[in-house]
Amino acid sequence: MTPDLPKPEGASPSFSLDGEDVPFTPGETLLQAATRAGHYIPHLCWHPEFSAHGSCRVCSVTVNGRPGAACTVHASPGLEVQSNTEELNGHRKTLLQMLFVEGNHFCPSCEKSGNCRLQATAYQMGMEGPHFEEFYPDRPVDASHPDILLDFNRCILCELCVKASRDVDGKNVFAMGGRSLGTHLLVNSESGQLVDTPMALEDRAMDVCPVGVILPKRRGFVIPIGQRHYDEKPVSQWVEEGKE
Amino acid sequence: MTPPVLPHGARKLKVATVSLAGCFGCHMSFLDIDERLLELIEHIEFDRSPLTDIKEVGHCDIGLIEGGLCNAENVLVLREFRAHCKTLVAVGACAITGGLPAQRNHLDLGGLLTDVYRSRPSVNGPLHARGVVPPGGISPLGAARRGLSAGSSIPNDPELPLILNKVHPIHEVVHVDYFLPGCPPSADAFWSFLNDLMAGRTPHLGHGLMHYD
Repeated sequence: MTPDLPKPEGASPSFSLDGEDVPFTPGETLLQAATRAGHYIPHLCWHPEFSAHGSCRVCSVTVNGRPGAACTVHASPGLEVQSNTEELNGHRKTLLQMLFVEGNHFCPSCEKSGNCRLQATAYQMGMEGPHFEEFYPDRPVDASHPDILLDFNRCILCELCVKASRDVDGKNVFAMGGRSLGTHLLVNSESGQLVDTPMALEDRAMDVCPVGVILPKRRGFVIPIGQRHYDEKPVSQWVEEGKE
Repeated sequence: MTPPVLPHGARKLKVATVSLAGCFGCHMSFLDIDERLLELIEHIEFDRSPLTDIKEVGHCDIGLIEGGLCNAENVLVLREFRAHCKTLVAVGACAITGGLPAQRNHLDLGGLLTDVYRSRPSVNGPLHARGVVPPGGISPLGAARRGLSAGSSIPNDPELPLILNKVHPIHEVVHVDYFLPGCPPSADAFWSFLNDLMAGRTPHLGHGLMHYD
């Protein structure tokens, strides 16, 4: 490639991801452009409908030799980006292990199992074990709402529910509170209980959660094993086919 | 290519297995390899295992551990296995993360034992302590235990192993060489994993065999 030659008229600019050219629209981040082009860069807190959050760090890549989060680095012509390398996938596995020990991720009894992005990403990165010591947090379940259940011990603090409830539903039901290890998801009502908010089953905030925190009551385990979302194909394949 | 002929034949790998705070489901899933067990037994021989009558673990190549640690005896047995097995494998969600039994970790142990073994629910029991039952009320669990005879109490014979305050995964007590996830791991996962180990390869579970549930 000769970088000095101007691009032909009308061609979109592109950057290099693991040696492949990825076209982008100016203003897009690396993760947006890569996902649109069907390249899988692992991620948890990014969702195409919402602004980047940058908390999970799972999309960390190397940009021109320096580390960066693919969800916040803007694409520019000629960038050399590495994502699918042994070293970066190793870092991702460590990040996933940290998320797993920080919460109570008892997949065998979780209704989200098989449809959980955290779990699917851990499968993808070949996470066999937790490596770190378990935290076993003890945050009480909020079962106050007649139709909705909240299990805060599974929260990975991605803030997608906060954004969806505030920006799409216009209800501002969720917020983040606390500092450092004490950071937690909370419910924006005087009592702190979900029943005292206008939250409803139809809300966008219901289905953006990538893990098993926000669940509809009395609807668990309805999909047979083998037919759940990530039973069918790994998360990378969904992205590569442009369906996720 | 014909394999080299060993003077005494190839030595079979020695495999020990045990269930600590497990449900025996991982062992059942292991047996689900069905007739492939006959092929497996050509290459391995079992040492201490719930499937054999051997009481003490001997020197082994592979130790398969099912279940987490919930009492003092579990810890002793696990250390014995680590000392005797070249390769130690945490099998199943319980051995790997503590599993569903670790859901007791946020309850008070004394309160739990009282709720289960004594006919009267304790006022300081876990359900009371967590505000599930109003003070002075009868917990649903306690009420169900009315079937116990009067004066029943928490077992206290020294023959019985004391229960740990919390359930722990085994890697928090001994070094673990490999993890075979699943609740339980599927028979095909066991088969693929053991074949890799026997062939001297690092076990690798692809899509479909890698499961935590």
